[in-house]
Amino acid sequence: MEIKEFLAIPWIVFLPAIGFLITGFFGKKLGDRVSGYIATGAVFGAFGVALYCYWYLLNEPNAETVYAYKLYTFLGTGFLNIDIAFYFDRLSAVMALVVTGVSSFIHLYSTGYMHGDRSFSRYFSHLNMFVFFMLLLVLGKNLLVMFVGWEGVGLCSYLLIGFWYEDMEKAVAGKKAFIVNRIGDFGFLLAIFLLLMYNHGSLDFNSLEAWAASGATPVLNQTNMTVICLLLFVGACGKSAQIPLYVWLPDAMAGPTPVSALIHAATMVTAGVYMVARLSFLYVHAPIAMAVVAGVGALTALFAATIGLTQRDIKKVLAYSTVSQLGYMFLAVGTGAYAAGVFHLTTHAFFKACLFLGAGSVIHAMHGQQDIFKMGGLGKKMRITQLTFLISTLAISGVPPLSGFFSKDEILTMAFLSETAFPGLYKVFWLMAVVGAFITAFYMMRVYWLTFHGERRMGEAAWAKVHESPFSMTIALMVLALAATVAGPLGLPGEANIFHHWLEPVVGAYTTTVAHASHAVHYGLIGLSIVVAGCGLLAAWTIYRKGPEGPAAKLAAAAGPVHKLLLDKYYIDELYNLIIVRPLIGLARFCHRVIDAVFIDLLAVNGSAFAVRAAGVLPRLYHNGNVQRYMFAIVVGVVCLWIVL
Amino acid sequence: MMGEIGLYHYIFLSFIIFSIGMFGVLVRRNAIVMLMSLELMLNGANLAFVAYSRFRGDEAGHIMAFFVMALAAAEAAVGLALVIAVFKHLKTLRVDRMTTLKG
Repeated sequence: MEIKEFLAIPWIVFLPAIGFLITGFFGKKLGDRVSGYIATGAVFGAFGVALYCYWYLLNEPNAETVYAYKLYTFLGTGFLNIDIAFYFDRLSAVMALVVTGVSSFIHLYSTGYMHGDRSFSRYFSHLNMFVFFMLLLVLGKNLLVMFVGWEGVGLCSYLLIGFWYEDMEKAVAGKKAFIVNRIGDFGFLLAIFLLLMYNHGSLDFNSLEAWAASGATPVLNQTNMTVICLLLFVGACGKSAQIPLYVWLPDAMAGPTPVSALIHAATMVTAGVYMVARLSFLYVHAPIAMAVVAGVGALTALFAATIGLTQRDIKKVLAYSTVSQLGYMFLAVGTGAYAAGVFHLTTHAFFKACLFLGAGSVIHAMHGQQDIFKMGGLGKKMRITQLTFLISTLAISGVPPLSGFFSKDEILTMAFLSETAFPGLYKVFWLMAVVGAFITAFYMMRVYWLTFHGERRMGEAAWAKVHESPFSMTIALMVLALAATVAGPLGLPGEANIFHHWLEPVVGAYTTTVAHASHAVHYGLIGLSIVVAGCGLLAAWTIYRKGPEGPAAKLAAAAGPVHKLLLDKYYIDELYNLIIVRPLIGLARFCHRVIDAVFIDLLAVNGSAFAVRAAGVLPRLYHNGNVQRYMFAIVVGVVCLWIVL
Repeated sequence: MMGEIGLYHYIFLSFIIFSIGMFGVLVRRNAIVMLMSLELMLNGANLAFVAYSRFRGDEAGHIMAFFVMALAAAEAAVGLALVIAVFKHLKTLRVDRMTTLKG
């Protein structure tokens, strides 16, 4: 591998940081319009620089070439050696392009969506700060830089979920996201410490890769590797909302809708997938950890999809859908099909951002209404939103030739055919994912149909106010829908898979080999994907054609307790409340009332003050401030001394 | 019967002056009178220095007496300044009223 120094790389990261500083410190003075332009311009600039770097990387004759740029040495002690450095290889190039590209259009969309908000410039400064940290995460050359970005995006997520902090519910949602993420980050941090110890004080990706490949150190046995990989995955679970740490993501929908699109659909939540793909050289040594990753992914894909079936809040459905799609990505990377996982990450970023922005456009038109049972027929007044939403719906459902079909089909094929350590287990995962794909198609069609078609279920006054969103918003929808449409052929099945070849130098050596199978099997799997998607869409259309009443209501009544279970999200939040939150609050109350109030306040603080005061009772009588009394004491003392001597 | 005036007479006088001064410092409440009493104590001590020096034929006591004089001058300057400052502040010179620092 050849590492070239490339000066432009830090500027991808710096531009949003500069935008953040300007809008953050001078936003109020500059005014809303200018802050919006600066923030959007900064991210578009970063996108431009990323494209420039990508262009050079594309034209390198040697596929192994990577770009790096070292800013300075952060820690240079005898043991610890950590640089602040950036790394631009083929994987981080993809991520940087996705992050800056999608961010650019979401910034543009936000200028329309947030128009007239009281804290317009604060919003854009946070959004720019998010992009800065996300790029730090993606472009970091070592785990520490990545971790700084990792924590930073968590902070920005918290700030933006609780953006309208006057609303207690929204502030609480932000807090929940932050705390759940911290649990995951703790695992990530432990893994970093272990790697730091085993790899002699370096966290550089190249050095870690060499260390993992050497296998010479006695500590590099499978148990250690499995522990490290599982701890890393705990971090990924928190950030990427997998079971059991997914609970924060649906609540995170309290933030402004473009934030949901950018942070909680397209970029930040995919950081876990990126991390596993980036550290594929570790996971290849830990088949058990891989199986856990794939299993959790498959389970989450199915589990979250079933919850999505019954939700009435348009953003909640999309949130559970995101959790579910992230599950597919983890299934892919857990199978060892890293290129497939990253490809689904990319296509998902396009269509899910488009779906969220479409939902935002609908909510904008409905003046805050998010209940799809109270919409219907919106397509007549919102053609562009409807069309882009439809394209994205079909893409996520896996209808060819849209991008989601190729990426999801590749994951399913890989899960079915890969020669993993536990072939039987992966067949089960595959089956779960196929069922999940059916449910995905079903609930997406349900949302689409209930929102844009059928009779109007809102009042006449609300209907009169419905209007298509301004151009700044629809342009973002159109660009993302276009991307969701055309990105598919990048990942054609078989040898022609451009995306696969592109990532070959990075993850190729660690990708699980695919079992040889006849064309019949391949075409059968593809056919199955199409049939599953088609059935899901058709079933939803049949049931919800007449709106939420009629067959849909009958079905819900027939399902009875199951429907209730899904509607109440399996009571997971209640369970966590009961077994984790309540005992913790009890412990905190005990600490407050007993340890803090009694031991610290009463005994330690007041007690020591009391002791000092008590000790002063006698001396105080003597120190009465009268000079002559003191002098008399001196004389008495001198006389005593004189007698003694 | 008038005998020769010897060392003991000087020392006795010095002792009386010193004691009067000490008594004044301990008993009087007026700060200025206390300062005057202090001067008496210093001069009593000075007398003892000079007397011993004279009778032992040693110059060290004279030198010490000069030091004490210099010290007394300095002490008077600082002391009177303090007295003025205290009076401006408290409108009194009675030291038993100056108990602001009492705990």
